[in-house]
Amino acid sequence: MNGLSFHRLWAVVLKEFIQMKRDRVTFGMMVGIPLMQLMMFGFAINSDPRHLPTAVHLADTGPFARTLVQALRTSDYFQIVHEAESEADTQRLLQLGEVQFVINIPVDFTRRLLRGERPTVLIEADASDPAATGPALNAVAQLADTVFNRDLPGPLAPLQAQNGPVDFRIHAHYNPENITQYNVVPGLMGVVLTMTMVVITALAITRERERGTMENLLATPVRPFEVMVGKILPYIVVGYIQVSLILVAARFIFHVPMLGSLPLLYAVALLFIAANLAVGITFSTLAKNQLQAVQMAFFFFLPSILLSGFMFPFRGMPEWAQAVGSCLPNTHFLRIVRGILLKGNGPTEIIPELWPLLLFLGVAMTIGVKRYRQTLD
Amino acid sequence: MSASDFAIDVTGITKRFGDKTVVDAIALRVRRGEIYGFLGPNGSGKTTFIRMLCGLLTPDAGSGTCLGYDVRTQQADIKRNVGYMTQKFSYYEDLSIRENLDFVARIYQIPDRRAAVQRSLERLGLAKRSHQLAGQLSGGWKQRLALAACLLHSPKLLLLDEPTAGVDPKARREFWEEIHQLAAEGLTVLITTHYMDEAERCHRLAYLAYGRLLAGGTLAEVLAAAKLFTWSVAGPELRALAAALRGRPGVEQVTAFGNTLHVSGRDAAGLDATVAALRDSRHEWKRIPAGLEDVFIGLMDSAKDNFA
Repeated sequence: MNGLSFHRLWAVVLKEFIQMKRDRVTFGMMVGIPLMQLMMFGFAINSDPRHLPTAVHLADTGPFARTLVQALRTSDYFQIVHEAESEADTQRLLQLGEVQFVINIPVDFTRRLLRGERPTVLIEADASDPAATGPALNAVAQLADTVFNRDLPGPLAPLQAQNGPVDFRIHAHYNPENITQYNVVPGLMGVVLTMTMVVITALAITRERERGTMENLLATPVRPFEVMVGKILPYIVVGYIQVSLILVAARFIFHVPMLGSLPLLYAVALLFIAANLAVGITFSTLAKNQLQAVQMAFFFFLPSILLSGFMFPFRGMPEWAQAVGSCLPNTHFLRIVRGILLKGNGPTEIIPELWPLLLFLGVAMTIGVKRYRQTLD
Repeated sequence: MSASDFAIDVTGITKRFGDKTVVDAIALRVRRGEIYGFLGPNGSGKTTFIRMLCGLLTPDAGSGTCLGYDVRTQQADIKRNVGYMTQKFSYYEDLSIRENLDFVARIYQIPDRRAAVQRSLERLGLAKRSHQLAGQLSGGWKQRLALAACLLHSPKLLLLDEPTAGVDPKARREFWEEIHQLAAEGLTVLITTHYMDEAERCHRLAYLAYGRLLAGGTLAEVLAAAKLFTWSVAGPELRALAAALRGRPGVEQVTAFGNTLHVSGRDAAGLDATVAALRDSRHEWKRIPAGLEDVFIGLMDSAKDNFA
């Protein structure tokens, strides 16, 4: 009688399936998470990003310069989005992260090319994310040899010299040694905050409801707003401890450059922490129990890692994935952190990334508070 | 009697969840210093009604006052003066007894908090255990902690939702001693329970079923109003007898109580005729006064289930 009983085993299996069926959220996650991962890993992620936004600074507008730009464009890696007027202009575009590359064609390009002097074309790259620039720069090296083959026929053919008619100089800004950690470690700040802040808030409020302590609390004079803020504040402190830990590790273990203002970084971190907490609150109002809260947090966490530009170059993703990524606070926070630390960006340079963060915070907070109110009655 | 003599004075209180009317036009008056028992089957709307009284829910219809404050508009004042003990233990299991009480005292902004917490610990005999985590306490001790916590701010009205469920008889008795002591000091207590012996310890009772108040008053009044007549019968083969009795004229309830059957109904003549017809020498028939449980079960059976 005490041997293994198939019937008893089957009873447990059946019961488990019934419970699985009842817990819609868990069931949804079991189907949803693999689908989401398939979409993201299968379609969105691309380690060979092309069509990278590029500015050209044409000091020489002769036909050879045009041919060169055209060749870069047809290589698929560069998408010319700007014709910069001046040097200062190009620096600004790089700093704001609006372009990945700036191609500078010098004044006497045509003349020197024809004289066989191997004119220098300076390609400046925003190398804060080495993964984004690497393949494009490799393509340039191959391009150099063959670009003018058709344009330099007959008597000009000798100019096609062994080592190419043009000398491409690459200047990798912000991370000249292409150290991956410089990009990953600051990015980690956003990822760690997303993970802990969303999960912790979602759990903290759901736990209060699941255990019935919320009802008790609300029967006291304490206001719902006081409960919410009171529950959140400790986690803001936790968030700041995490930020500080990562900064200390970045500085002393990974030697990440810190060019910008740390107080500015701390101020922006507050916004980002608040945005994630608001998401956590929203999840806590949707989740029936703590397990569901964790699952929902995971649902948010996954794209925040994969589509934000943390792991894979943002510009390598298809449009739809970039659109999804742009809705996530982590995407903008990553750019701000990398901008402040690696590029020394100040308040004005981070504005383009700041307002989406603020917008997200506003929307998430409104939904969170509204839903939170509804759950009280 | 003036309005201020009532701790609770509400009429027409109604609450709907979706298209279900959970509490249907309840009127209730509870005098100050009274222990008022609230009975009714599970899902009869007791908890919802209490939640409306203590300001957690706003009634969809109806009006009235709780401690003189309007139940619709002055919920904040009500919360300050009411102690509400939920059905399920709802303090923090990962906090110690003292930490729980300390937290509650801070929420109510009780002056001289440390002394108040200490007094409360001593009054309810929790002083020696004050460092134990609430989660490690047995049912009886949890209930004491909950009572201590909801008395901490010296409320004028206690709303207790099935406070003695799952508590052993000795702890229950001690709990009721405490409740009577508090009432003697002027506190009003509204308490829900499923135990008939507890119902009999209340000054007044109300019976709720399917969201409606079916009976109310003192124990004697409730029993008298029910006009229920009961026979007790002892002897062999009671199961067969019970089967024979069911469905006969005048018989509304046949309930086994150990070695006797209770047979009751509101139609005295019909019931007597049935008993006379079935009476034989093997069984001993006795007329007994109707019990509270018989009355309540009778009320419940005659009420229409609005969810069915």
